[in-house]
Amino acid sequence: MAQATAPRTMLGKIWDEHEILRHPSGPSLLYIDRDMIHEGSFHAFADLKRRGLKPRRPKQIFGVADHYVPTIGRKSNDAATPAIARMIDTFDENMEWGGVRHFSISSREQGIVHVMAPEQGITLPGLMIVCSDSHTSTQGALGAIAFGIGQSENAHVLATQTIWQSRPKTMRVTIDGVLGQGVTAKDVMLALIAKIGAAGAGGHAIEFAGQVVRDMSIEGRLTLCNMSIEAAARFGMVAPDETTFAYVRGRKFAPSEQEWDRAVAHWRQLVTDDEAVFDREVTLNGSEIAPMVTWGTSPEDAVAITGRVPDPSAFESSEKRKAVTKSLEYMELTPGVALDGLKLDKVFIGSCTNSRIEDLRAAASVLKGRKAVIPAIVVPGSTQVKAQAEAEGIAQAFQEAGFEWRESGCSMCAAINGDVVGPGERCASTSNRNFVGRQGPGARTHLVSPAMAAAAAISGCLTDVRRI
Amino acid sequence: MRAFTRETSKVVAIPGVNCDTDQIIPGRFLKADRAQGYGQFLFHDIRRNEQGELDPSFPLNQPGAENATILLVEDNFGCGSSREGAVYALVDHGVRAVIGPSFGDIFYNNALKNGVVPVRLPVEDCEALADHLARFPDAEVTVDLTASKVTLPGNLGTHPIVIDAFARECILQGLDEIEMTFTYMEQIKAFETDRIASHSWLDR
Ligand code: SF4
Repeated sequence: MAQATAPRTMLGKIWDEHEILRHPSGPSLLYIDRDMIHEGSFHAFADLKRRGLKPRRPKQIFGVADHYVPTIGRKSNDAATPAIARMIDTFDENMEWGGVRHFSISSREQGIVHVMAPEQGITLPGLMIVCSDSHTSTQGALGAIAFGIGQSENAHVLATQTIWQSRPKTMRVTIDGVLGQGVTAKDVMLALIAKIGAAGAGGHAIEFAGQVVRDMSIEGRLTLCNMSIEAAARFGMVAPDETTFAYVRGRKFAPSEQEWDRAVAHWRQLVTDDEAVFDREVTLNGSEIAPMVTWGTSPEDAVAITGRVPDPSAFESSEKRKAVTKSLEYMELTPGVALDGLKLDKVFIGSCTNSRIEDLRAAASVLKGRKAVIPAIVVPGSTQVKAQAEAEGIAQAFQEAGFEWRESGCSMCAAINGDVVGPGERCASTSNRNFVGRQGPGARTHLVSPAMAAAAAISGCLTDVRRI
Repeated sequence: MRAFTRETSKVVAIPGVNCDTDQIIPGRFLKADRAQGYGQFLFHDIRRNEQGELDPSFPLNQPGAENATILLVEDNFGCGSSREGAVYALVDHGVRAVIGPSFGDIFYNNALKNGVVPVRLPVEDCEALADHLARFPDAEVTVDLTASKVTLPGNLGTHPIVIDAFARECILQGLDEIEMTFTYMEQIKAFETDRIASHSWLDR
């Protein structure tokens, strides 16, 4: 009795609802509502073929080509190399072999998996969603449990529609106050990761709460949850509310009008109970957050744009001192240098963190007829976002400002499709990882919001967007 | 999956906190068929100089390192991308266990699915081991999963391996998880029927 009425978190409720059984030695066998596939999933398909198995529930699997697709054209042979083209073709072949619904490179629904899945209503409140991609946490923004898995786990999901998983601990991140002008969800996340560290939420699922989150659009919430993984949380979540329901309604794979009321009634019950206890609580004052920028090679290396490159000796742990020394060497930065004004070679606006229509609007609104003085590219998160931006005149604004306007895909975020930042080049990027070599061997990445990226493009250096 | 029971080996210490999976295997190698062997990609860009030659100062390139099957790493090893290629690279290089204070969650699971044991040890013990290895590079460590214990060299003692009982069982036996799950298929199907009945949109 106490069991049934004990207050639960949203994670607990959705988890319980998907638990088929619990193994005597601990983990739950969870039912997977939807599994998302991309080109990198070929190992899982090879595994299935080796075993003589097929995807068990093809209707609950959705494939999309994003990681390897060229952004200069919509055919696989537009790809940078024949080997990359083969990845895109193999993806289509595997999807057809498995009877899986998929959105290939030329499809209207194509996009970065975590951008197109919410857009198509594949991501819904209350669902258990996996994808062999670490940023699957993004999709928790609609009130789902969504998490990244590896290829062995993916093969298991394809074969059984289930996964063995131990329940993570819970962390609530409460962001109260009001975000200042020029401050976005991206800045909130960089501020959070700077505060708790890149390993700060390891083993935890984050639920984002507080006034800032309640006021935030779904697109902003997607950005929050997207970067949970950069704080080592495999799960990021936001309670579904009226904003969520309005966003979801009418989307292609969402409940139909006949099913709608029943679905919403259920979704309302998924929010965390008032008395529920989280394993950890973290608070941020949204009003104190400034536009952020990273200076190092981990997302935790973030400071306000008004800040300076830190001195390694200022860090407490010897490991971190060593790491900072190494990353400053890689980034070719000297302690004490002001970040505002730091010269750049390139700007990339894109990735599942910041490539949705609101991101592009925010970036375009900074331009006001000014020209980019360094090479800058915009890669919309989905073919649909691209079409919408073209319809709204945003694409034209970018082009007039000298930005390259590309087709959608992961592009320069992971640089595996051939869109790379050159060795030694310094790039302001709206993506999520400033790791060594992430955007290409020797590339130096500074993570920023879309508006900050646009400001950087027109001034040729890192720039406080609030001044523009 | 290759079973893991007990492994004794020299240890190579890989420096750096937050060593992400892009460092373990750069993205551009992920197109490779597994049959090609992923060992050649392990730590590719940090192991080599700009000409692509092995950098003699990288720990894995030092004499004696080639036979080591255990790595010592720093905090948050394997964070970042979910790429299982990072674990394939370790496996194909011959790595059987990785000791560190903490690991990326997805990397941790991927390792277990491929017969590599990630051993979480308190940071003080990891640092003590690193210091010891700096003085005695040939010192050996034993990871004994049967006894759930790791034995460090010198006077650094024996420590428990804290690992999920289920994962331990699977890896000790080299169990195939898909086949094991198939034994629950009746329960899965019954659950699924109810789930789809109340969530009809999942079946479109
Ligand atoms: S945009 Fe970047 S982070 Fe997002 S799924 Fe693609 S490669 Fe991964």
